[in-house]
Amino acid sequence: MPFGLLKYGLLPRYPVRRQLPADRDLKPAYDVVIIGAGGHGLATAYYLARDWGITDVCVLDKGYLAGGNTARNTAIIRSNYLTPEGVRFYDESVRLFRTFSNDLGYNILYSERGHLTLAHTDAALRTMRWRAEVNKHMGVDSELVFLDDIARLCPPLNLSDDVRYPILGALYHAPGAIARHDAVAWAYAREAANRGVEIHQRTEVTGIRQSDGRVTGVETTRGPVAAGRVVQAVAGSSSLLAAMAGFRLPIRTIPLQACVSQPLKPFLDPIVVSGSLHVYVSQTPRGELVMGGTTDPYALYGTRSTLAFKETLMADLLELFPFLSEAKLLRQWAGMTDMTPDFAPVMGLTPLEDYFIDAGWGTWGFKATPVCGKRMAETVARGEVPDILEPFRLSRFRDFVQLGEKGAAAVGH
Amino acid sequence: MKIMPCPLNGPRNISEFVCGGEVIPEPDPATADDGAWADYLFLHENAAGIVREWWFHVPTAYWFIAERDTRTDEILRAYPPPAPVAGPGDDGE
Repeated sequence: MPFGLLKYGLLPRYPVRRQLPADRDLKPAYDVVIIGAGGHGLATAYYLARDWGITDVCVLDKGYLAGGNTARNTAIIRSNYLTPEGVRFYDESVRLFRTFSNDLGYNILYSERGHLTLAHTDAALRTMRWRAEVNKHMGVDSELVFLDDIARLCPPLNLSDDVRYPILGALYHAPGAIARHDAVAWAYAREAANRGVEIHQRTEVTGIRQSDGRVTGVETTRGPVAAGRVVQAVAGSSSLLAAMAGFRLPIRTIPLQACVSQPLKPFLDPIVVSGSLHVYVSQTPRGELVMGGTTDPYALYGTRSTLAFKETLMADLLELFPFLSEAKLLRQWAGMTDMTPDFAPVMGLTPLEDYFIDAGWGTWGFKATPVCGKRMAETVARGEVPDILEPFRLSRFRDFVQLGEKGAAAVGH
Repeated sequence: MKIMPCPLNGPRNISEFVCGGEVIPEPDPATADDGAWADYLFLHENAAGIVREWWFHVPTAYWFIAERDTRTDEILRAYPPPAPVAGPGDDGE
């Protein structure tokens, strides 16, 4: 190595900084144990430390940091939901995302692109109009647009009526954005660790300790850990953990597959979604198209790929962008999603005292990472559920007050 | 392509079928309260392992039961529902 270069490497002006502290032994007890070191669990740890001064916190994960659905979603952020409860909740998340990079000192490549949800039928147009009115009422920038505006917002889109499902209009949501999803988790991990939170990877929870209807700790592959309060945030495995805690969930674990194309020149500014064609697509800053469709047709604890997914997605995508027929796929993956009957999440209290749940995030969890962490931290710290989370309570299924978010949360309908 | 061994039609492409969910006993309508119905309708075992599920062959409108490993996606066996033939959700036993 040239000496001149080595000199810079050894200068005290450039100290080696670890992103996360080195692994250490588990303590026998913590105030709060969070199960799941994905975006939601890490965000909860961060806000517990930052907003509530609770730093005796341990985040456990059976795998590696943010290796589950935090790394497997399609990184779309928006708040144009259908129910007032949903819009209010996701809007707080969008506001937290907008200042995220500055607040945490970590660039998440937040990029506001605009979000077009295409309507190909009169029924879809009616739902779009309904969503736009709910959104505007809640102060969210959202409107129904037609072909002239769509052509201006997204010139490459095929607006011909010589296709199976001609485009009639769209719901346009200007604040719709994408961000680098891994960076969101890494930022929360680093800032939580800076405040004293311990993150233990490759530490699987194998049992929930309880006495008199109250949680007292967890069993792990590295021994038992006592805890004052426990949070589960383990999308995909929510039912398995809840079973250890002694209750059942309104959740089925269903894979969602996604893929990216080879990098292309920048041509697609907005995020484009079509419910009728079961497609959503956006272009990343490095040019890859990120593409996803509907969930798999049945439940599975696995992340295998299927040809059927790629066949149907590509057939539908080519109707929107015929010139992509020559583009190649670069890679493909899947995540295990928590699908609920009403396409809304499950957050808050559980039948087990001091045991809190953050689950049911289906195909819509990434965009909620900041608000979920902030509000779950508030729930854990105060021991009661804030208004904004109340509609998402587990007991809503017992009370028959579901949220009905399917018209805005999924493309498979 | 994944193949389902349909008890009526023999091995067929999985895309011809719809999964009807776990085989769970239906509450007794004469005695079940609202809570029991809510649990029956909305809660799932969602087990990781071998499960019994209702499946429906769409072209022939035929319901049957299949045993499948939800960790490996392996279909172990499929057989007609016990008489009387019932819809999804009825344990049929």
